[in-house]
Amino acid sequence: MMNEPVLGGMAQTTLDRPDPLLRMGNTNCGGCGLSSLMQMMRHAVADQRVHLVVPACCAAVSAGIYPQSTYGVPTLLTTFASAAAAASGIATVARMNGEDTRVICLAGDGGTYDIGFATLSAAADRNEDVLYICYDNEIYGNTGGQRSSATPAGAVTSNLSSAKPEEKKDILAIMAAHRVPYVASVSLAHAEDTVRKLRRALDLKGFRFLHVLSPCPTGWKSEPAMGMELVRLAVRSGLYPVIEIFDGKRYVVNIEPDFSDEALDMYLSLQLRFQKSGISAAGLRPAIDRHWQELRALSGRIVPARRVA
Amino acid sequence: MSLKLLSANHGAGLAATLAGRANRTGRGFCSGVYPITPSTECMEYLCLQEIEKGRVVKVESEHSAMAVCIGAAAAGARSFTTTSSNGLAYMAENCIAAAYLRLPVVMAVANRTIGPPWNIWADHGDALMLRDHGLIQFYCADNQELFDTVLAAFRLAEDPAVMMPAMVCMEGFILSHTVAQIDVPDQALVDAFLPTTTVPHRLGEAPHALGQIDLPHQTEMHRHQHLSAMNGAARVYAGIQDEFEHIFGRRLGDAVVPYRADDAETLIVSMGTIGATAERVVDQLRAQGQKVGALRVRLFRPLPSEAIRAWFAGKQRIAVIDRDVSLGFGGVLWGEVNSLADPGTVVQSYLAGLGGGDVRPEHIVNMLADLQPRKNAGHPAMMEAA
Repeated sequence: MMNEPVLGGMAQTTLDRPDPLLRMGNTNCGGCGLSSLMQMMRHAVADQRVHLVVPACCAAVSAGIYPQSTYGVPTLLTTFASAAAAASGIATVARMNGEDTRVICLAGDGGTYDIGFATLSAAADRNEDVLYICYDNEIYGNTGGQRSSATPAGAVTSNLSSAKPEEKKDILAIMAAHRVPYVASVSLAHAEDTVRKLRRALDLKGFRFLHVLSPCPTGWKSEPAMGMELVRLAVRSGLYPVIEIFDGKRYVVNIEPDFSDEALDMYLSLQLRFQKSGISAAGLRPAIDRHWQELRALSGRIVPARRVA
Repeated sequence: MSLKLLSANHGAGLAATLAGRANRTGRGFCSGVYPITPSTECMEYLCLQEIEKGRVVKVESEHSAMAVCIGAAAAGARSFTTTSSNGLAYMAENCIAAAYLRLPVVMAVANRTIGPPWNIWADHGDALMLRDHGLIQFYCADNQELFDTVLAAFRLAEDPAVMMPAMVCMEGFILSHTVAQIDVPDQALVDAFLPTTTVPHRLGEAPHALGQIDLPHQTEMHRHQHLSAMNGAARVYAGIQDEFEHIFGRRLGDAVVPYRADDAETLIVSMGTIGATAERVVDQLRAQGQKVGALRVRLFRPLPSEAIRAWFAGKQRIAVIDRDVSLGFGGVLWGEVNSLADPGTVVQSYLAGLGGGDVRPEHIVNMLADLQPRKNAGHPAMMEAA
């Protein structure tokens, strides 16, 4: 059986799925966040019956070439904007037939933030019994890195001559505004956080949304081996808040950042997409502070947005 | 059996309801729907029915409506939706996906002009847009025929040798909103006619993927399989006609419906309700001693080319009436059947009733008057509604 270093020291038990969700021989790039996510998902789903729904995105390419499949569970590949709706159909039929199938959408940032957004919003509004996971590599992976509402401020894309000035869309706040049972951001660099949230999301009924910052060496133009470290830096610096939102109301901050500018500068300098624009921690910090002030207020924590060293 | 007064929209909704209930011992019925004039009433009717082991998911767009149907069919359920016009255009990507995923979704399409400029009236151009992508297409001429064809479409689409979506088309308002008598069978008879849905490639336990990457040779192979299944669908349909008659005691419409066509010298070819008007014109002109007949194409995909060719044989003149226009070409139906006539036959394209204009008997009489002196076919002729 494959060794799974990403589990961060967590032992595999007899409760784990015996077969991987993402099989060996897949075509994912080295250092792809999706690969790590799938390994941890295998840990979380244990013996549950899972059906995957994948819209056009990197994960659709990962599925492999007909008639083989990379995924260890039955998988439906849909058109770009359709994952949440197709999953609704599968979940509805499963429920009608008394089957305890976990229907999981595995969608990239394009299919989530932009073209698939109306579909996602409507499925959340109907509170469909679907777990929607957005593995967000921020780059429109399968078309090769174009500007989108998921592109972070300061990044240069294949169709931008200079850095994107606008902030990234706050997808968690938007999903929380649908008042679905569970919305959370997941840090792949914190294996316990990932597995705990996957388990919680799998156990709940109704619409659940997980957002995963998924390192993409190809798009971020970073070292494949640095992926997890980059996520850790994004979390540490406060750039990527790791939170849970229950019923759209109760906000919980799971990992306390130290808001280190050093970490943020390190995060930016290790990725060519930011280096091209020359963006620095000082440029991003005001927006991060503002976001954290909101999060503090929402989570009821009376702590300064930024600790003074 | 019971006689009911129903609009074609409600008839289609009732047929889908009966078909949905018939799958209660299978994996049930699940439909994704979104309203658009003039198919809205079909969708509303369906939403208000009690269907044991059946759900209708009310989504935010036609695109998602078909996506729900794709998910439902991929999970092994019977599935149905209804739409029109721009809704069908918006749904098109997923209609094609359902076809290429070989999922047996049945659709009732109330044909309507695509806009803008906005026009809610009948035009076949919406459904014909999906001509080339592996969906079966029927065009109906009255309420009973539409009801029967929706039931038969489930049987045909779900046949293991066919396994692809089927569209059952009715002209918006002309048929969709016209209330007429429909002979509605008891549930037990529908149960006998429609076996439980089996989608062999449905998501079950085996970890296979539906719809992943095809290399060129695999796409070729899949198109070849789809083409063979499409070509075989006409034969499967003929078998379904016999079974339909055996169970319901009435004949399900043929793929092409001839009317006094045997000894006709001139043939009027059309689809949908124009075909019914053409039959009246035939009676009228026969009474005046003219040897005129009509041919209504009910099954457009797969096109019953051999049957059409046989009816065309020996005719002198053929008027093909299209309630649609392929801009830069002419009538779509005309383009399809033009080559099926004998070399000497004059096959003239007439475009009539576009955007929902009335096509009355006198319009067809005028077309035939125009056709009679022609030695050769001319450019497609646009007949304006008066």
